[in-house]
Amino acid sequence: MANKDREVVIKVRGLVNIMGGNMIHDHIDLDVYRGEVIGIVGGSGAGKSVLLHSIVGLNKPREGHIEVFGEDPTPHRERPKNSVQMRWGVLFQEGALFSSQTVAENIQVPLREYTSMSQELMNEVTSMKLSMVGLPEDAARKYPSELSGGMKKRAGLARALAADPELVFLDEPTAGLDPISANQFDMLVKDLQKSLNLTVFMVTHDLDTLKATTDRIAVLVNKKIKIGTIDELRKDPDPWIQEYFSGVRGRAALAS
Amino acid sequence: MTDAHDSARTGSRAQLRVERQGRVARLIATGEWTVRDAPRMDSELQGVNLGGASEAVIDGSGITRLDSAGTWLLVRTKRDLEAAGARVTQFLLPDVYGPLLHTIEMEHSAPPVVMEKRHGLNAFLYRLGKATVETGRQGYRMLGYLGRFTIELMEAIFQPRGNLRVAALFTQIEEIGINALPIVGLLAFLIGIVLAYQGADQLRRFGAEIFTINLLGVGVLRELGGLVTAIIIAGRSGSAFTAQIGTMKVNEEISALQTIGINTFDVLVLPRVMGLIIALPFLTFYADIMAMIGGAVMCYFDLGITVPAFMRQLHEAVEMKTFLVGMIKAPIFAATIGLVGCFEGLQVERNAASVGALTTRAVVESVFLVIVIDAAFSILFSILGI
Repeated sequence: MANKDREVVIKVRGLVNIMGGNMIHDHIDLDVYRGEVIGIVGGSGAGKSVLLHSIVGLNKPREGHIEVFGEDPTPHRERPKNSVQMRWGVLFQEGALFSSQTVAENIQVPLREYTSMSQELMNEVTSMKLSMVGLPEDAARKYPSELSGGMKKRAGLARALAADPELVFLDEPTAGLDPISANQFDMLVKDLQKSLNLTVFMVTHDLDTLKATTDRIAVLVNKKIKIGTIDELRKDPDPWIQEYFSGVRGRAALAS
Repeated sequence: MTDAHDSARTGSRAQLRVERQGRVARLIATGEWTVRDAPRMDSELQGVNLGGASEAVIDGSGITRLDSAGTWLLVRTKRDLEAAGARVTQFLLPDVYGPLLHTIEMEHSAPPVVMEKRHGLNAFLYRLGKATVETGRQGYRMLGYLGRFTIELMEAIFQPRGNLRVAALFTQIEEIGINALPIVGLLAFLIGIVLAYQGADQLRRFGAEIFTINLLGVGVLRELGGLVTAIIIAGRSGSAFTAQIGTMKVNEEISALQTIGINTFDVLVLPRVMGLIIALPFLTFYADIMAMIGGAVMCYFDLGITVPAFMRQLHEAVEMKTFLVGMIKAPIFAATIGLVGCFEGLQVERNAASVGALTTRAVVESVFLVIVIDAAFSILFSILGI
C-alpha cells in the first residue's frame, strides 16, 4: 500500500480548524488513494467529524486547501455537471434519512437528482441496493421512524451508494450496533468496497472495524495527524496511540 | 490497480451491438456502463431483438468501466432472456468485475420495490380513511387525557404534598405571565388606539364622538381584551408547551422520568396548565388597562377628550358586570390552551418532523377553540340576559 504513484482522491494540505476558540487541527496534511479504506481515529473532541465535514465541504476551514477528485468540495450554489457531489456518498452517524420519505424514496433521491432513469429502472436499482446492504424487501416502504438503528444505518448506506459513487464517507458506521451487527456491517463495507472498487473514508472508534476493514489508519492526536498501518502505528511512541492500541480493548481486538 | 479501473475518465460511452452467428446471438457491450448511461441502455436493452436465436452470449469483455447499475442491466437482460426461453451460454465480463457480478447475481433476486402511490383516487381514499380513523383515535385519547388531568388536578389540590410541584408552577407563571407582559401590553395598547380611532371616525358623523369611550370600554373589557390576550398566549405559550414536551419525548426524557418513577403529569402537565390558569386572568386584566390607556391617548389627541373626562365617561359606560364577563372567560381560555398544548406535546412521535407538525396543530386548535368558546359564552350570556 506504499505505492505513491496511485491516484490521490482526497488531498488535504495545511488544514487548520478552530472551533470555539480552540485549535482542533494544526496544519494537517492527508492523502487518500483510490481504492483504499482509510480509518480515522482519535479521542472524543479530537476533530474526527470536523475533518470529515471539512472534506465534504460542510465546514469551511480556517486555513488550508482541500481537493476531492482534484476539485474544491465546497457546495456550489448552481451545481455544475459531474460535480464531486455526484461522485461521493456520505453516511451520517444516525443515517440522516429524510424523515418524510420512505426508505425507497430516500434511496432514489440521488438517482432522481443525477440521472434520467425511468421509474421502473429506479425501482429495480433500489431493490438491488437494498439487497446489497442486506435490508429485507419490505423495508422499502417503511419510514425512517419505523426502522431500528442498524436498519437506519443500512438504509443510509444504500442511499450513499445509490448513484454508484467512487468515494464513500462513513461517520461512525458501527457505533450503537451490537457486535454481531457491527461485524456484519464491517463485512458488508469490505465486500462492497471490493466489488465496487470504492475508496472508503471511515471515521470510527471500533478497533474491530479498523482491523477488519482498513488499509491505513490516520490518528488525530495533539491537533496533528499520524498515518500508517496498524502495525506501524503500534510502534509509535505517542502515549495516546500506545494506550489506544495496547490497552485492554486494543489488545483483545488486535489479537484475534 | 488494473487498466479497467484506471481508464475511468477516459473511456467512451456505453455501446450495445447485437451480432447474429447462426443460432447464436451475441450481445456485445462496450464502453462505460455506469449510472450515467443507464437510462439510455435501459431502453436499448428492453428493445433488444434476438431475431429468433435460441442461444445468446452476453459479451461484456469490451467494457471499460462498470458499476452496479450497469451490472444490474446486464444481469437483468440475462434473466429476461432466460425467462423468454433463450439459453444464455456465456456471460463475459473483465475479471476485475467478478466480485461485483457475484454480489449482484448471487445475492440479488428480489423483485423491484413497489412505490407507494402519492396521487390518484386510491391514495386520496386511503388518506381520507386514515384521517377518519386517526380523528376517532385522537378523540378517544383526548377523553382519556382529560380524565387523567381531572384526577391529577384534584389530587394536586386536595393532597398537594408530593403531587403539586410548587417550584415548577412558579417557574411557569414567570415564563407564561411575567415574560409575556411586554408583548401583551404593546399589542393591547395598539388595539386601544385602533379601536378608538376607528370608532371616533364613524361616530363623529352622528356627532356622538363621546360614545367612542363606550365602544372602547364595552368592546375591550367584555370581548377583545380577553380574546386578544388568549390568542397571543396560545401562540406564545401553547406552542412552547407542545415543543418542549415534544422535544422531551423525542429525546426519551419522558421515558426516563417514568423509569425513575416520577409522575410525568405532575411534573410536566400540571405546572404548565395551572400556571396558565393563574397567569392568564392577570394578563387579561393588564391588557384591559393597557387598551384603556391606548384609547385614552387616542381620544385626547384625536377628539380632545381630556383624561378626567375620559374617566367620567368610562365610569358611566361600563359596569362591574361588563368587566367580570370578560374576566370570567380568562381561566377557561387558559385551561383550553394549556390542555391542548400539553396534549399535542405528548402525542409527538420519536421523529423530528412530528414536533413541528404537532406544534402547528396545537396553535391552530387552541386559537380555534378559544374563538368557539368565546362565541358560546356570547350566546350563553345573551340567553341569560347578562
